[in-house]
Amino acid sequence: MPTIQSIAGELEPHPDVALIERVRGGDLSAYDTLVRKYERQLFRIAQHITQNREDAEDVMQDAFLKAYEKLEQFQGNSKFYTWLVRIAVNESLMRLRKRRTGKMVSIDEDIETEEGSVPRDLADWAPDPEQNYNQAELGEILRKTIQGLPQGFRIVFVLRDVEGLSTEETAETLGLSIPAVKSRLLRARLQLRERLSRYFHRKKAVKKTGVGK
Amino acid sequence: MTCKEFLALLDDMIDGTVTAEARAELEAHLGRCPHCEVIFNTTRKTIEIYRSHEIYELPASLRDRLHAAIMARCKKGC
Repeated sequence: MPTIQSIAGELEPHPDVALIERVRGGDLSAYDTLVRKYERQLFRIAQHITQNREDAEDVMQDAFLKAYEKLEQFQGNSKFYTWLVRIAVNESLMRLRKRRTGKMVSIDEDIETEEGSVPRDLADWAPDPEQNYNQAELGEILRKTIQGLPQGFRIVFVLRDVEGLSTEETAETLGLSIPAVKSRLLRARLQLRERLSRYFHRKKAVKKTGVGK
Repeated sequence: MTCKEFLALLDDMIDGTVTAEARAELEAHLGRCPHCEVIFNTTRKTIEIYRSHEIYELPASLRDRLHAAIMARCKKGC
C-alpha cells in the first residue's frame, strides 16, 4: 500500500501531507482546513479561465469534491496544491467546452499570434503608475488587460506568476513541455506589459495654452 | 550583447535564474540600452502589479456559503 511521501528532495514533509493522512483516516475537519487554505486560489484560477463568475463558483466546488473523492489516487509525488490546481484547470476547460458547444477549447487555442513578442512601446512608465487609479479603476484595467490575452498564454501567466507555481509544476499541470511554458510565459509577460503601457505611461506635461484657446 | 539576445534572457533575468556571468553581461547591456532598461523595469512591474492585486476576489459571504456546500457534500460522501 503506497503511503504519501514527502515532496522529493525536501527534508521536511509539506504540512498538507499530515492533513491528507488525517482525511484518509476519516477526519473531515482536516479536509475543511485544506479547503479553507486553497479555495481562494482555486476560485481565482477558475475565474481567469472561464471568465464567468457562476462557472468559477461551480468549478471551485466541483474541484474540491472531485479531489475528495479521488484522494486515494493522490500519490504524493507532486504537491497537493498542484494536484488540486490540475483538477480545477480541467474542470474549467470542461465548463468552457460546455458553454461553447461545438467549438474546441484547449490551452493550445489562439496561440499562433506573434503580437507582443517584439516590444513596440518603449516609453517609460510613471513611478508607481497604479497609484494614478483608484482600486476599482485599477481592477478594471487589470481584468480587461489579462482577459485580452490568448487563453494558452493567460493560463501559463496566472499559474506561474500570479499563483506562484514553478515552471516545472506549470508544465506538469497543463501537460505542456518546459520550453513551451517558458515561451508562453515570455510572450504573456511582454503582451501584458505592452497593453498596460497605454495606462501607465508617464504623463506628458499639459500645456496651459494652445489647443482650444 | 544585442537587444534580441537580451530579450531571450529577459525571463531568466527577472526570475533570477541566470548565471553570474550572464547577469553581468545583461546588466552591462541594461546600462547602455535605455529601451531594454524600460522593457526590463516595466515587465517586472507588470508581474508585481498582477501578483499584488487580487482582481477576482471571493467575498467572505460567498466564500462561507460555497465552503459550507462543499463540506456538506463531503460529509454525505460526495
